[in-house]
Amino acid sequence: MTQLRIGFIPLADATALLVAADKGFCAAEGLDVELVREVSWSNIRDKLNIGLFDAAHLLAPVAIASSLGLGHIKVPIVAPFGLGVNGNAITVSPGLHAEMIEAADGDILDPLVTARALAHIVAERKRTGAEPLTLGMTFPFSTHNYQLRFWMAAAGIDPDDDVRLVVLPPPYMVESLTSRQVDGFCVGAPWNSVAVDLGVGCILHFSSEILAHAAEKVLALRAHWADENPDTVAKLVRALDRSAAFIEDPANRGEVAALLAAPHRVGVAAEVIERTLEGRLKVAPDGSTRTDKRYLLIGHNGAARPAPVQAAWLYAQMVRWGQAPLSAELLAAAKGVFRPDLFDAAVQSKGANATAPVDGIGGFAGPAFDAEDITAHLKFWAMKQR
Amino acid sequence: MDASLKIVIVDENPIRAAILQDGLKEAGHVNVTRIEDTTGLLARIYAIDPDVILIDLENPSRDVLEQMFQVSRAVKRPVAMFVDQSDTASIQASVDAGVSAYIVGNLQKDRIKTIMDLCISRFNAFSRLQGELERAKSALEDRKVIDRAKGILMKAKNLTEEEAYALLRKTAMNENKKIADVAQSVITAAELFK
Repeated sequence: MTQLRIGFIPLADATALLVAADKGFCAAEGLDVELVREVSWSNIRDKLNIGLFDAAHLLAPVAIASSLGLGHIKVPIVAPFGLGVNGNAITVSPGLHAEMIEAADGDILDPLVTARALAHIVAERKRTGAEPLTLGMTFPFSTHNYQLRFWMAAAGIDPDDDVRLVVLPPPYMVESLTSRQVDGFCVGAPWNSVAVDLGVGCILHFSSEILAHAAEKVLALRAHWADENPDTVAKLVRALDRSAAFIEDPANRGEVAALLAAPHRVGVAAEVIERTLEGRLKVAPDGSTRTDKRYLLIGHNGAARPAPVQAAWLYAQMVRWGQAPLSAELLAAAKGVFRPDLFDAAVQSKGANATAPVDGIGGFAGPAFDAEDITAHLKFWAMKQR
Repeated sequence: MDASLKIVIVDENPIRAAILQDGLKEAGHVNVTRIEDTTGLLARIYAIDPDVILIDLENPSRDVLEQMFQVSRAVKRPVAMFVDQSDTASIQASVDAGVSAYIVGNLQKDRIKTIMDLCISRFNAFSRLQGELERAKSALEDRKVIDRAKGILMKAKNLTEEEAYALLRKTAMNENKKIADVAQSVITAAELFK
């Protein structure tokens, strides 16, 4: 048996990893996995970087930032398996939700309509000298940060100037909304549902409505370690692939949800996790629900196979928001973090993904994304900004 | 000279934070603020305007501090973690001990190193202390269990206290178990026979 220590954050998109370890898919590959529950992305990143973890459940942008040496020491990371695609949501306080409905000129389900409504509210606050809106997200290098910014900026809001974006650990999000320290947030499952169930938040958008297909968490390995242990990497990818197939089967959903509900795993009611996996979420305290099969993709629809176009999009956001300089080398390095070749070497690819958006991303606004030419993306959005 | 350094300790464990603050005081750092409740953490840190921030690694708010690395209008001055690319031994030691440090501005590396070494030793001392406390607690629990089992045996078999204890010890040795475990079995059995 090969011993592995793997860190995770208690979130629904750790499911493939948790089930792989707890249902014996790792053991079947000869891997003895010790799962370590962590409290912060900084801890996960540091423990992976210095070798206390062999692998980690990691925010896709953190894997890229670490590889490029942004914000912290440079440690090249590779991602041979996508643990989750999509799965975030933007939740706002009932008060802000009501204001947005009031200001909305069109269908509130349309992200462009809500972004414009938000822009109106933001401008109104500026005019009256009121405090700017404060929105929570989970990490500077996070999909949540970029999704919120992409959404807002589409209506001309400057996320660095017109609103306050603050980092909040996911378990503190709901509390901060309750105590009105934030007016809304973008976070992963199950925290949006927790806010709705407590009556302190309304889900405005699933992140899948902002971007149809967005890499969320990856299985992250040190590139150096992956090079030295190709067999172990393949075994781990196979175990995760079997686990994802098990999770995809609706017949197993109850068992999976019960497993994740355990206090040392995600520790949230099984019923909430089941709704999350089904993409059937209660969106308002009045009990209304919204369903999107693409809400959180684990394994299916090509979610498991890492797509370099996703890394290119994330790197483009880092450049767009001043976190990284623009260069062809950095773009290539970012794309190189996502390793479909390692995935393909371990498991039979299930063929092309028929439901994926044409450009691989499916942004709700702007032109199609081209991974070969991110300057076009950056230019378009720079023009949109006042 | 170090007395002028402003240090913030972010730790939800008040005892550990106090131990660390004492250590810093002994080393001449008098300007130390402890933050236990992390509500509005960034605003409070900006208000204190520290040179060094020490945070325990069990604290989810560590991610909040990472935001200070970002170039943004809200930030007064750049922040960097003291551990640079060449210093992986230090980061390993600090992660093992469960503490992390952030410095604000351009502090000299050796000054930070002294503070960091102090943090690591105090954090390690605290976890040793906690381990001892747990052991003492469980020893006390064992004692209570053994005393109850002795009482049961004395009554049931008409033994003296010494004889009851000798019987427990002999059984434990024969069965290769801890005396406390045998004592617990005696109590359980006695409950069943009630």
